[in-house]
Amino acid sequence: MRVLARLVRLAAALAMAAVLGACATIPPGAGSNPADPWEVYNRHVFDLNDRLDRAVMWPVAQAYEKVLPEPVRICINNAFRNLAEPVNAINNLLQGKPLDAFMDMCRFAVNSTMGVLGCFDIATDGGLAPRSNEDFGQTLGRWGLKDGPFFVLPLLGPSTVRDTFGRVFDFLGLDPVWYIENIGLRNSLVGLRLVDIRASLLPGEKVLEAAALDKYEFVRDAFLQLRRNLIYDGNPPRLLDPDDEDEARPQSDAGTATLAGGQPEEPLRP
Amino acid sequence: MSNRAGLASIVLMASLLGAAVPWLPVQAQNTASASVGAPDALVRSMSESVLDSIRKDPSLQTGDVSRMSRLVDEQVLPYVNFEKMTRLAVGRAWRDASPDQRQALTREFRTLLVRTYAGAVSAAKDYTVQMRPFRAEANEADVLVRTQAVPARGDPIQLDYRLEKTAGGWKIYDVNVMGIWLVENYRNTFAGEINRGGIDGLIKTLGDRNKALESRSS
Repeated sequence: MRVLARLVRLAAALAMAAVLGACATIPPGAGSNPADPWEVYNRHVFDLNDRLDRAVMWPVAQAYEKVLPEPVRICINNAFRNLAEPVNAINNLLQGKPLDAFMDMCRFAVNSTMGVLGCFDIATDGGLAPRSNEDFGQTLGRWGLKDGPFFVLPLLGPSTVRDTFGRVFDFLGLDPVWYIENIGLRNSLVGLRLVDIRASLLPGEKVLEAAALDKYEFVRDAFLQLRRNLIYDGNPPRLLDPDDEDEARPQSDAGTATLAGGQPEEPLRP
Repeated sequence: MSNRAGLASIVLMASLLGAAVPWLPVQAQNTASASVGAPDALVRSMSESVLDSIRKDPSLQTGDVSRMSRLVDEQVLPYVNFEKMTRLAVGRAWRDASPDQRQALTREFRTLLVRTYAGAVSAAKDYTVQMRPFRAEANEADVLVRTQAVPARGDPIQLDYRLEKTAGGWKIYDVNVMGIWLVENYRNTFAGEINRGGIDGLIKTLGDRNKALESRSS
């Protein structure tokens, strides 16, 4: 109950901040992209997130990188990702990949014990199995559920309607940190995990800043591609490009052009 | 025959176990076309030569812009078809662009990409590139070459290339990092710019960005 009250208050504060700080530039024609009908809202929240990030998370992540030696940061990162192995396993199972699910649990068992609570990723180093990256949003995608509109979550960043549902499921149902009874410890771990995630995004930032003409659009389109790639485990069928003159040429038949990615299985979406 | 079957079953077993044996299939399948310059061989030698140069030259690791652009000019540009890359990113409007506009678009887009690439690759000295299984029909003129950049520690990064066979050999026209195709990622932005300011508007936006990046780095 207390958590709920706090969440409501937080949401209200955010909404207020979003209204007060409504100075994101909205280009004409915003919302005309079928994947992003809520673009106006999204751009405002994106902008708000960006400013909160500059003010809080970015400096904290920078300090984290400076203060803690690399081996310690790697240990923390490994430990948090080890906690996500049950999420990987259950989602792999739900996606009909029992062997991968089994491997995830092997990784979890080995790294939690011999790897000292996941601090060392000896399952990867020993060549047992590479780490999976699964979540319930991907599982829903695998089951054929479309992305739904692109949706920027306050504080948490880019998502889609489907992935937001997925996230709630993973978080409430499968996240071990959420089940820690000691509130202080739990909140510290939640905070540390956020810093760990933010710090891991630092190296890519410069590239993003240089490459993006419109940061919002670049992040959105990259996020949507990234998710699609994850749903197909790195092997999505090629999107047929209606504007590409080459596709109209009879040099390759349409069948191989659409699925030239070497996709071994049926496309999941029509 | 038993040799191939044995190899195939090893590969199959290995992939079932999730272990990475990326070079095996490459060797098995491309002995026939290797002599005429296979696309995957091109990607491999290009990636290796770039990483090699970066490892050997500390000034590249700090992102020295002029040295980096020389490296890109010598070791990457000969194998990239920027015109096609630009055409695909611009989409439908390319048909209406004059030859001069096309040239300007390609030039500005290339400058932006080279700068971005230089920034990204300067931090890559601890990476090695592994080839992933490559399948292509003998007469195919458009192929996907899959690789991954493997850091000293941590998860490999998916890095794929699309290549087209041209009169001048195989040329890369699209790159994919972690599932994000470069051309695809610029399409919406380019279309929006063209909607608002026409093709010249897009040329100007790209040019302004390049100038801003240049003044920031020098």
